[in-house]
Amino acid sequence: MKTENILRAAVVISFIALIEVLCRLGVIPASVLLAPSTMVTHGVELLRAGKFNHDIGISLLEIVTASIVSVLLGFVAGLSIHALPRMRRALEPLLSSYYAVPTFIFYPVFIVVLGVGPLPIIAIAVLLAVVTMITATLDGLDRIPRALHKSGLVMRLPAWRSAFFIKLPAALPYLFTGVKLAVAYSFIGVIASEFILSGSGVGYAIGYAYNNFQNDDMYSLMLLILITVTLVNMLLNRIDHRFQSRRQR
Amino acid sequence: MTAANTSLNRPAPLRVPDTLPSQTPGEAHATLTGVMRHFTKNGSKELFHALGPIDLTLTKGEFFSVVGPSGCGKSTLLEALAGLSEPSSGTVMFEGRPVKGVPDGVGVVFQEDASFPWLNVRDNISFGLRMAGMDGAEIKRRTDYALGFMGLKDFAGAYPAQLSGGMRQRVCIARTLVTQPRLILLDEPFGALDQQTRLLMGDELLRLWRETSATVLLITHALDEAAMLSDRVGVMSARPGLFIDIVETGWNRSRDSRIVSTPRFGEVNARLWEKLRVESMKVMGAGSAH
Amino acid sequence: MKQTFDPLIVAVVIVACWQVLHLTVGDGSLSSPWSTLTELVHMLGTHAFWSNASETAKALGLALIIALAGGILLGVLLGVNRMSGVVAEPILLNLYSLPKVTLYPLVLLVFGLGLSAKVAFGVMHGLIPILMFTMNAIRQMRPVYLRASRTMRLPLHRTILHVVLPAVFPEIVSGLRLGFSLTLLGVLIGEMFASQRGLGYMLTSAMNLGDIRTIMAVALFLTLFALLCNGLLLMANRRLQHG
Repeated sequence: MKTENILRAAVVISFIALIEVLCRLGVIPASVLLAPSTMVTHGVELLRAGKFNHDIGISLLEIVTASIVSVLLGFVAGLSIHALPRMRRALEPLLSSYYAVPTFIFYPVFIVVLGVGPLPIIAIAVLLAVVTMITATLDGLDRIPRALHKSGLVMRLPAWRSAFFIKLPAALPYLFTGVKLAVAYSFIGVIASEFILSGSGVGYAIGYAYNNFQNDDMYSLMLLILITVTLVNMLLNRIDHRFQSRRQR
Repeated sequence: MTAANTSLNRPAPLRVPDTLPSQTPGEAHATLTGVMRHFTKNGSKELFHALGPIDLTLTKGEFFSVVGPSGCGKSTLLEALAGLSEPSSGTVMFEGRPVKGVPDGVGVVFQEDASFPWLNVRDNISFGLRMAGMDGAEIKRRTDYALGFMGLKDFAGAYPAQLSGGMRQRVCIARTLVTQPRLILLDEPFGALDQQTRLLMGDELLRLWRETSATVLLITHALDEAAMLSDRVGVMSARPGLFIDIVETGWNRSRDSRIVSTPRFGEVNARLWEKLRVESMKVMGAGSAH
Repeated sequence: MKQTFDPLIVAVVIVACWQVLHLTVGDGSLSSPWSTLTELVHMLGTHAFWSNASETAKALGLALIIALAGGILLGVLLGVNRMSGVVAEPILLNLYSLPKVTLYPLVLLVFGLGLSAKVAFGVMHGLIPILMFTMNAIRQMRPVYLRASRTMRLPLHRTILHVVLPAVFPEIVSGLRLGFSLTLLGVLIGEMFASQRGLGYMLTSAMNLGDIRTIMAVALFLTLFALLCNGLLLMANRRLQHG
């Protein structure tokens, strides 16, 4: 096993162990933080009892929808913008300053316009994630070496074949970076929106548990999100790694 | 050879290089004895024999070039001599003392552009002196001299990003020059430049060498460059690098790039390639060479 | 000329879409661009607005200082050693992609309500990008600079001060640009439900009252403020680019 993986695992495990010890010793009071072991056992109970299954299902649905929509929308938008250099120059300031604005401030507007429910949540998550996919698409298309494009011309490929067989594979590693970020932002967008103002979903459940002093439910749900995000990241990174080895250096 | 070109093109007789009053001819300036370098591959215990054993003595004031196929360890040799890395075995001596870390009096010019992009040309050149806390007037004197010597006077206020590759390398050489090094090590300094610029930079390097009376070790992959510039050329084998030949060129100290048109130049070149060709083919993965 | 003209067209298009949307859903759901602007101008004249804005500014300033100092320090420490950088990166990326809202209850329990919680939120959001940009800048710094400083026999502290930090400064500013936006976001979210003061709080209370005009005016103000700061940092970034 690689040294860095061992070290990383060691860092994470010792951190968790430290928290566990501090909680058990009462240095960190139970009213503030529960011991990790308690979080896990309670979490397993919750899953088995199915107390939050509905909320978990809703959140998952919203996250997956937001991810798919933002990836597809972002890719198509990026493709079109790349093909129209003048439009790209016009949109440049917008794209580069997009993430400067705290998008959440528009959340109340979305609720007012779209009503309460999954729709404004998905909308805000897409709004958050789509621009990173556009940027990554533009970046990926930019980075296709001119030599590849010229090879397509020399081989006298029609435009769509060149796009599908040369450009897409060449840009794929960078596109996938966009997918990773889009998924991450969808996650953030959905959970945060549910927390701030919603009637369902894991984010809402955490807020509800907090307000009702149900620390055990709250922490188990937080742990669930943490573990899910980590697993999804690991999966996406593994796929990304396969792409990275193809990257031009 | 026709009768017409006998007197003009007769190979220059082997001469002892012109010596300057302060030097003792033949005095050993830097030595490598039994130097070897091993690397461990990422994570595994496998030892990767990169260089050596190397035995080399540089005499004071000589210009010595090293040529060899890629991956033979030329840069590793330079790093050991410069004190930038420690050899796995063997000793490195400079001016009679073992080398530990970069010794005083050694200057290095790297293959890549090492000019600091956040400083202008003048500040780049004077950087080392300022860091050493030298007196301001002396810094100015030396920097002005280097600017003039390297032809950078008009660019003193410019930033590296505004200069060509050749100019940037001149800045790096100037930065080394101001520290008045006694041993100058250059690792393929002109690799990124075009042929014409390289020939002219070669002339500049010879000027620098004569002016500073320093000992110079140049690493290059260009045989003609080595043949033209050096008193001696060491030919290295493919990895692990060993010296398989050392060719004495016998040039005058006052030489410049015009010697490339002499037959002697052709002979030196041919001899270098004769040994190097076999080694290079090994690196390229061709089968047996004949 | 065309360069400045085209983005203006985009801005006009956005405002036009806004107007159309307003006409579609009605004044109760979405204020028109004009009424939002007038509301904002009116708001800027009120004492209440500025006392809230200064609250936010105070929290933002504190959070930025901590995030910047901590981010650069940790970034340098983790970036200098090759192994620590490699080990730390996936952990940091993971933390970065975690919906930080999941940690909010923890922060509230530790810091209580008020300024310290807001600053903590801000730091939580902004520290990691600054740290990562600094760390990666150091890891990707051209090794020849370090070798050059070794041949010039510079001691460590001078190497860091006169070679490493100037070399990575542009990247730190890039990290600051992202960190600034995220810190602002963190502070605002903190105010939205952990404070009785600040612009975030103004948003939440307006939301509870269904006061769409105020919501949009504050949102417009924050958008313009964020774009301004981002633009300034972008300009600084371009000037610092070493080419």
